[in-house]
Amino acid sequence: MTEFLQHLVNGLSVGTIYALVALGYTMVYGVLKLINFAHGDVYMVGAFAGYYLSDLVGVRPPWADPPPGAGETFVKATIVTMGSMIICGLLGYLIERFAYRPLRHQARLTALITAIGVSFLLEFGFQLSPLVRSPIEFPPGPSPRVFPALLARDGYEVLGVNLSNYDIIGLLVALGLMLGLQWIVYRTRFGTAMRAVSFDSQVAGLMGIPVNRIISWTFVLGSALAAAAGIINAVSRPRIEPLFGLMAGLKAFVAAVLGGIGSVPGAMVGGLVLGLAEEYVAGYTDSSYRDAIAFTVLILVLLVRPAGLFGRLTVEKV
Amino acid sequence: MTFLRQLLRSFLPFLVGLPLLFAFHEALRASGSQAYTLLLTTVGVNVILAVSLNVVNGATGQFSLGHAGFMAVGAYTSAKITLALAGLQLSFLPVALSDQLFFALALAAAMAVAGLAGVLVGLPSLRLRGDYLAIVTLGFGEIIRSVIENMKSLGQATGLSGLPLRTNLVWVGAGALATVVMARRLSVSTQGRALFAIREDEVAAEAMGVDTTGYKVRAFVISAAYAGLAGALISHAILLATPRMFTFVRSIEVVVMIVLGGLGSITGSVLSAVVLTLGLEALREFQAYRMVVYAALLIALMLLRPQGIFGTHELWDLKLFKRGGRKPTAAGGPGAAGGPAAPGAAGAGGTP
Repeated sequence: MTEFLQHLVNGLSVGTIYALVALGYTMVYGVLKLINFAHGDVYMVGAFAGYYLSDLVGVRPPWADPPPGAGETFVKATIVTMGSMIICGLLGYLIERFAYRPLRHQARLTALITAIGVSFLLEFGFQLSPLVRSPIEFPPGPSPRVFPALLARDGYEVLGVNLSNYDIIGLLVALGLMLGLQWIVYRTRFGTAMRAVSFDSQVAGLMGIPVNRIISWTFVLGSALAAAAGIINAVSRPRIEPLFGLMAGLKAFVAAVLGGIGSVPGAMVGGLVLGLAEEYVAGYTDSSYRDAIAFTVLILVLLVRPAGLFGRLTVEKV
Repeated sequence: MTFLRQLLRSFLPFLVGLPLLFAFHEALRASGSQAYTLLLTTVGVNVILAVSLNVVNGATGQFSLGHAGFMAVGAYTSAKITLALAGLQLSFLPVALSDQLFFALALAAAMAVAGLAGVLVGLPSLRLRGDYLAIVTLGFGEIIRSVIENMKSLGQATGLSGLPLRTNLVWVGAGALATVVMARRLSVSTQGRALFAIREDEVAAEAMGVDTTGYKVRAFVISAAYAGLAGALISHAILLATPRMFTFVRSIEVVVMIVLGGLGSITGSVLSAVVLTLGLEALREFQAYRMVVYAALLIALMLLRPQGIFGTHELWDLKLFKRGGRKPTAAGGPGAAGGPAAPGAAGAGGTP
C-alpha cells in the first residue's frame, strides 16, 4: 500500500509536468494543425531562463548565511517563475511570427520541417560555448548545470510515503495554471475566439476574429505554460542541459495525442495518465523500459480509440 | 517481347552500374584514400534511406517517423549473423568471396526481418491517420530501440562491436541503385498507381476498388526492408551497432531529406540525401556551429522554397528524356520533342 501511494505521488509529480507541456502542444495543434516540434525545447529554454534569472536576482540557497526569509524566497521564486514565463512567451511569439506564419498556407509538412529546424536551432544553439560572459554566460554550453534551490526543501512522511514541499507546491502551481487556462479557454472572449479559430480559422476570420493575433497569443500562452513546467521540474530535478527538452517534449506530445490532440482537458488527463502509467509500470516491473512504456500505452489506447481519449473521430465525407 | 523489355528495364541499370562500381571501388582502393570510402558509404546509405522512406511518406502519403527503428532491426539482424559466421568459411571458395557470400545472406535476412517489423508497424495504419500515425510509427521506433537497450544478447546500451568489415562501395552502390530502380519501377506499376491514389484521396481510392489497407501495409513492408538494408550496410562499415545510432533524431534526418528534396520525388530524395550528407561533412570544420548552421539553413530553405527542391517532379520527366510519341501534343511532329537522346534514357536509365 505504501509503495502504491509512493508511486501515486511520484506519478502525479511527473504527470503534471507532462500535462503542462502537453497543453502547449494541443493548443497549437488546435489552432494551426501543426505539431510544434520546438515546444519541448521551449520547455528547456524555460528552465534555463529560470536559471539565469535566479542568478540575476541573486537567489541565495537555503543553506546561505543568513538564510533567506520566507518573504524573500517567495518574492524571488515568483520573479523567476513569472520572468521565465514571460521570456518563453516572447520566444513562442517570435517562433510563430518568423518561422510558422510565412508558411501558414503551405503544405503542413513544410511547417513541420521548419518546426524541426527551430527545435535543432534551440538545442544546438544552447550547446555552443558561451559567447557572452557577463552578466550571464550565454549560451550555456553542452555540460549540465545545476538549477539553484529556489526554496528550501522540506520532506514529510505521511503514511510511510515520502513527500516534499516541492511536490506539493509544484502540484498546486500546475493545477492553478491549468484551472486558469480552463477559465481562459472556456470563459473569456479570447478563449471563445481561440476555439472558433480552432474550429474553422477561415470562417472565424470572416466573422471578424483577428486570426493572426489569436494564433500569436495561443503560442504565447502555450510557451508560458511550458516555461512554468520547466521551472517546476528543475526545482525538484535540478540537473538541466540543452537536450533535456527532447525526450520530455516527445512524451508530452504522446500525452497530448493520448488525450486526443486539440482537446484541452484531454491534454491534462493524458499527461496525468501517462505520468502515472510510467511510474506504476516502471515501479512494479522493470524500470529500464521506462521510455518504451509511454509509447506502448499510446499504441494500446489508439488501437481502441483511434482519436485519443477525448478526441472526436471525424468521419470523412467525399 | 514486352516482358523482356520490362525485365531489361529492371536489370539494365545493374548491367551498367555494377561494372562501373567495381571499377570505381578498385580505383579508390588503389589510390588508398580511406576517408572518402566512409563518406561515400554514408552518402549511399542515406540515399537508400531517403528513397525508401519516400515510398511511404511521398508516394503513399502516410507520414512515418519510425525509419530508424527498421534500420536498427536490419543492423542487429545482420550483425548477429555475420558475428555468428565470422569464423566459418566455405571450403570451395576463397576467404574473401566466402565472407561476401555470408554477408549477402546477412543482408537478405536483414531485409526480411525489417520487412516483418514493417508489417507490425503497417497494421495500425489500418485505423490511424495523419499525425496519429506519425506518432505511432515514432513510438514503434522508440520501442524497438528500448527493447534492444534491454536485451543482453544484443549488447544492451553498448551495442554490438567488433563486427567484421564487409561493406564496400560496390554493396552500397548496388543497394542505392536497387532502391532507386525499385522506387522508379514501383511508381509506374499498378501497385504504385494504387499508392498514388491513396495519397491523393483515400476515400475515393477505396471507392474505386483499391485495397487501401493491403497496399498501405505493402508500402510499409517495402520501405522497412530497404531501411533494414541501410542499417545492415552502415553497421558493417563502421563495425558497430549501438542503439544510439538509431534514435528518432535519425528518423527525422531522413524525413528532412525527403521533404527538402520534394516529397514524392525520387530524384529529389537522391539529390538532397547526397547534398545534405556532403554539406554536413563540409560544415565539419565549423565544429559546434555545424548543427546550428544546418538548422538555420533548414528553416531558410523551407521559407524560401516550401515545396522542396524538386517539388514532385522527376529528372526523367524533363522533356529531354521523353520519347517523342508519348506526349499527346508532340504526336504531330515525331522526334521534335524527343531527339536522339530519347530512346536510351526513356527506360529506368535516369539513375545517378
